[in-house]
Amino acid sequence: MIRFDYVRPTSVPDAVKALAAKPGAQVIAGGTNLVDLLKYDVAKPSRLIDINRLPLRAIEDTADGGLKLGALVTNADAAYDVRVAQRFPLLASAILAGASAQLRNAATTGGNLLQRTRCLYFYDPHVPCNKREPGTGCPARTGVNRNLAVLGTSEHCIATHPSDMCVALAALNAVVHVTGPAGERQIALSDFHRVPGDRPDLDNTLERGELITAVEVPFSDFGRHYTYLKLRDRLSYAFALVSVAAAVRLDAGRIDELRVALGGVAPKPWRNLEAEGLLAGAAPERRAYEAFADRLLAGAQGFGDNDFKLGLARRAIVRALTQAVAGTPQSQSDKRVA
Amino acid sequence: MPPTAISQAPGFVGRPTRRVDGPLKVTGRAKYAAEYDAPGLAYGYIVSSAVAAGRVLAIEADAALQMPGVIRIFSHADRPATATADKAWQDEVAPPGHPFRPFGSDEIHFALQPIALVVAETYEAARDAASLVTARYEVTQHRVDLKRERATAYDPPEKRAGIPPPPAPRGDFAQAYADAPVKISADYVLAPEYHNPMEMFGTTVVRNDDGKLLVFDKTQGSQNVKAYLAGVFGLPEGDIRVVNAYVGGAFGTALRPNMSAVLAVMASLALERSVRVTLTREQMFALGYRPHMEQTVSLACGRDGKLLAVHHDAVSGTSPFEDYQEAVVNWSGMLYACANTKLSYALAKLNTNTPCDMRAPGATSGVYALEAAMDELAHAAGIDPLELRIRNFSERDGNTDKPYSSKALMLCYREGAARFGWSRRQLAPRSMREGNELVGFGMATGVWEAMVVPVTAKAILSADGALEVSTASSDIGTGTYTILAQIAADAFGLPLERVTVRIGDSALSAHPVEGGSWTAASAGASVSLACAKLKEQALARARRMTNSPLAQAAMEEVAFTDGRIALAGDAGRGVSLADVLRASDLGHLEEEASFTPDEKLAGRYASYSHAAVFAEVRVDEELGVLRVPRLVSAVAGGKILNPKTARSQILGGVVMGLGMALHEEGLFDHDLGRLMNHNYAEYHVPVNADIGDIDVLFVDEHEDKLGHLGVKGLGEIGIVGTAAAVANAIFHATGKRVRDLPITLDKLLG
Amino acid sequence: MLQRTDASQRGELYRVKLAINGAPHDVEVAPWVTLLDLLREGLGLTGTKKGCDHGQCGACTVLLDGMRVNACLLLAVTCDDRAITTIEGVASLEPTAGGGLHPLQDAFMDHDAFQCGYCTPGQICSAVGLIAEGHAHSRDEVRELMSGNLCRCGAYSNIADAVWQVLRDGTAGEGGR
Repeated sequence: MIRFDYVRPTSVPDAVKALAAKPGAQVIAGGTNLVDLLKYDVAKPSRLIDINRLPLRAIEDTADGGLKLGALVTNADAAYDVRVAQRFPLLASAILAGASAQLRNAATTGGNLLQRTRCLYFYDPHVPCNKREPGTGCPARTGVNRNLAVLGTSEHCIATHPSDMCVALAALNAVVHVTGPAGERQIALSDFHRVPGDRPDLDNTLERGELITAVEVPFSDFGRHYTYLKLRDRLSYAFALVSVAAAVRLDAGRIDELRVALGGVAPKPWRNLEAEGLLAGAAPERRAYEAFADRLLAGAQGFGDNDFKLGLARRAIVRALTQAVAGTPQSQSDKRVA
Repeated sequence: MPPTAISQAPGFVGRPTRRVDGPLKVTGRAKYAAEYDAPGLAYGYIVSSAVAAGRVLAIEADAALQMPGVIRIFSHADRPATATADKAWQDEVAPPGHPFRPFGSDEIHFALQPIALVVAETYEAARDAASLVTARYEVTQHRVDLKRERATAYDPPEKRAGIPPPPAPRGDFAQAYADAPVKISADYVLAPEYHNPMEMFGTTVVRNDDGKLLVFDKTQGSQNVKAYLAGVFGLPEGDIRVVNAYVGGAFGTALRPNMSAVLAVMASLALERSVRVTLTREQMFALGYRPHMEQTVSLACGRDGKLLAVHHDAVSGTSPFEDYQEAVVNWSGMLYACANTKLSYALAKLNTNTPCDMRAPGATSGVYALEAAMDELAHAAGIDPLELRIRNFSERDGNTDKPYSSKALMLCYREGAARFGWSRRQLAPRSMREGNELVGFGMATGVWEAMVVPVTAKAILSADGALEVSTASSDIGTGTYTILAQIAADAFGLPLERVTVRIGDSALSAHPVEGGSWTAASAGASVSLACAKLKEQALARARRMTNSPLAQAAMEEVAFTDGRIALAGDAGRGVSLADVLRASDLGHLEEEASFTPDEKLAGRYASYSHAAVFAEVRVDEELGVLRVPRLVSAVAGGKILNPKTARSQILGGVVMGLGMALHEEGLFDHDLGRLMNHNYAEYHVPVNADIGDIDVLFVDEHEDKLGHLGVKGLGEIGIVGTAAAVANAIFHATGKRVRDLPITLDKLLG
Repeated sequence: MLQRTDASQRGELYRVKLAINGAPHDVEVAPWVTLLDLLREGLGLTGTKKGCDHGQCGACTVLLDGMRVNACLLLAVTCDDRAITTIEGVASLEPTAGGGLHPLQDAFMDHDAFQCGYCTPGQICSAVGLIAEGHAHSRDEVRELMSGNLCRCGAYSNIADAVWQVLRDGTAGEGGR
């Protein structure tokens, strides 16, 4: 672990100031990913800015009937909040599909957005990795890539974003509130994470010195017509190989609105608004789901170990839509897939 | 519900008794090796090799040495002298070859090999300075791909002690196979597995003012480690004592002395202070492991299902420097009756550490392939898989032609099948379905050696009537403390609270490494003998007491109860043990006794524990999601000393078998020669949600050739056959035969 | 108030106030010291175990202001002014009549919910947290919500039985041996 200094601001402006003041400064909240990365010598901050005393722990109603989750709301507090559970059961379900109870008690909303990839090469400082050390190469492309991306990859990086929560947030059209040296701004969650291109070291579109203060989830009314279906290598406490967040609104027996985001297959929660739009008005039947899946997965490319994700993702999308339309969301404790 | 049946018979042996070490373990007071403190304790942190093969050209440690608190950095280039002869490095269970010597030379044999040790005043200074140590290497071509190296496989010239090489062929396999009406042949591949006990290796060396070392180590054999450290560092045996009172799991990985022990002692001797060295979870993947294995099994039978031909070939990985060997294929020559067998086993060198015995080494791997192949044969013959096994039941060990000392396997088949509801199984694959899930029933046989080894134990009776029994055994979660307490308490008719068991200390009576499932039978027998001898002494002294009511009493006429010796039919006529001691003018009575296996009996009989494993799987065919909602393991393991801890032993074996079947897999990057998933997040072991109902039943088995307790040991039998039962159930559910473990969901997608 | 004390050879130190098992502790720590290492190496509270040091096994589970968390992923300096309960303090949360143990500790012994004992303190702290959280209503939910605690000895079904029994009945049940 590198040596760093430590500050503990008590206001957002102070935190932003501290963040901008020192190159290499990093924010620490729940620490569940950052401390892990510190121990592997992957994260090498010059300074840690402990934001745990900032007033960002509230879940607030928004004017449109949505909710605004403070950046420091823990995953557990979000998942078990009555308003979240009632208005956004998809979000609650996705959070509960991730990590462990201990981690969910510590991990925060803002931190979840900033989780780094679980690529094995990224985590091992003894091997090359363009995300960890730009320019060193990407052995994952021809190596152990079972858990890596098939969409949105570049020749420099095939990492996935590992979050479950963000997959649901993407489907729910969430908006990220940030404050930086230049003031406040909002970033659509779909624009928050980036594909690697030739800068795989940059996971997201935050500017230097910007701090996530909240994630806003706008009103939606999918009722029971949602699901978070996560497929993984053991039945709990494992990262997704493929996950699907799906929500459907039906009108007179036809699909009125459809939202689908994929996890485990891309450097960001993967959506295709155009493909979703094409399904509006369609009858809710398997053939339509398959056609949608093919469009959402267009351009997907495997790298050997992870070739299976192409077929698996297609089937998972179809099953998730079946669950969502039927109003039988996947349970996160009963491991039978409905 | 836990097993709560209380036997009416007096005493503790055979009753479901709570662990005597339970109160310490549930309160956090049981101390493990890295939890002992010492004045001026320094901390060591290991730096690991970035490359898999080659040579260290230079260790660059200047930046690390600048870190405040750093004391010294050891490496091959800077270390105290150690023994030069291989013999000194060969521990009690070493395979043939040149044992690995941490910092022995500049040579790199495997990725994550230790190349330096940073010693500092604090754990954090050592850890953080270690991240600043870099090395320059000369890299040579590595070999980690067993599939490719299979072509280079060889018959190990020197055989490992205690491991029988494959028996010579019997009959004529080729002809019998060619002529048989029903036959199968298939390849089975096993991924490397890592023991990964929850406690990471750690050693705390406490250096006394006189220079003697008290070594708290994670090991399955305190005396093995003591002899090894004394040899490696040229220390008088009296200058070193090894303590392993509590061991946080091991499963075989702590049979051989570990690098943390060598490096901690090295630093302690050089710095003349107390030192603690702990491994990281990543470094736990640089230790011995259950080797990669490629196996081919060919079986043939008649229309009646009787086996006509058996061929089993296995190629296993080993390290560049040692020829690690297991009995992998031998099981195929003994588990079923067959006149024509051909068995072969070879090794291929890989750039890894030497594999290390992992729970039922050899059997877990070899019996998986045999039992998966038997399922294939049953399918080919159109015979129920259980029925096929019953028809080929062996009455004698085909490899040695010896009768079994006991073999209640038929009871395992019958009682296990009944408990499981095997009769509800439809013969055809893909014939059972519920909702989105295909349902499959699979079964397999398990077998493991029943062994006994020489053990010496001591029993001490104090004036207050308390009893202490001791031997340098270990309890790695096996329940050794508890069963020894039960045996001793029964010998003297004492409540458990009056018995103290001391194990886990090299200063105690002689005991080999704790492994091979031999501890309960062997240590138990030695404690029983020591207690019997102590009772003889007590009775002899009681007889000599003035006006002794026992003056004429023989041992079989008296009973020891609650600190008294009295005539069996007349509790009033007796003396208290306290009075016996007083009359003898002694503070305590003490006896030591040794249990020695009866070699003559061992020569005449083959001894094994057996199991029949029945598994139900549910497979979501479209998504490959797989569950094992229930499993029955019916075990023939001789006498059961403690049904509560015995059941736990089997549960543990089953869970590890489920991990082998479905989850566990070391993933190597073949270009880098490096294991990449060196953590608990991506090397998956089962979690609680993965484990359904596991029903353990012990069938009645009378064993009287393996020592007087009639015990066979249960630490390993629970894993053997489990993976095959699951794989066979998956075939039954899906009609898809997956032969390469683990069976991850991608392998099940149509 | 965050106080930085003088730099020493151990690096920059910060004063941190912790209530551990009800007792106040005023300690000086460097910012790169985890709560787990502070407990084990600094304060001699070795009941909390290190099984992976990366939040992947749950052996280090403690209760932070009553919530179960992995102590290996918390920098001690960030825990200033917070209350921590470790396995050494669990019994005092809810002592039973006999033996002074928490019902979960008794249930773990009764169900033989451990073998080597190394994951056990984390399992028990995790189960204390699980019960306090109130989200488990079936044995299946107990299994899911205890999945953050690995047990390599494979005592899972006994652990699920022990936790479910205490959750359902509030006691270890029949007890005895």
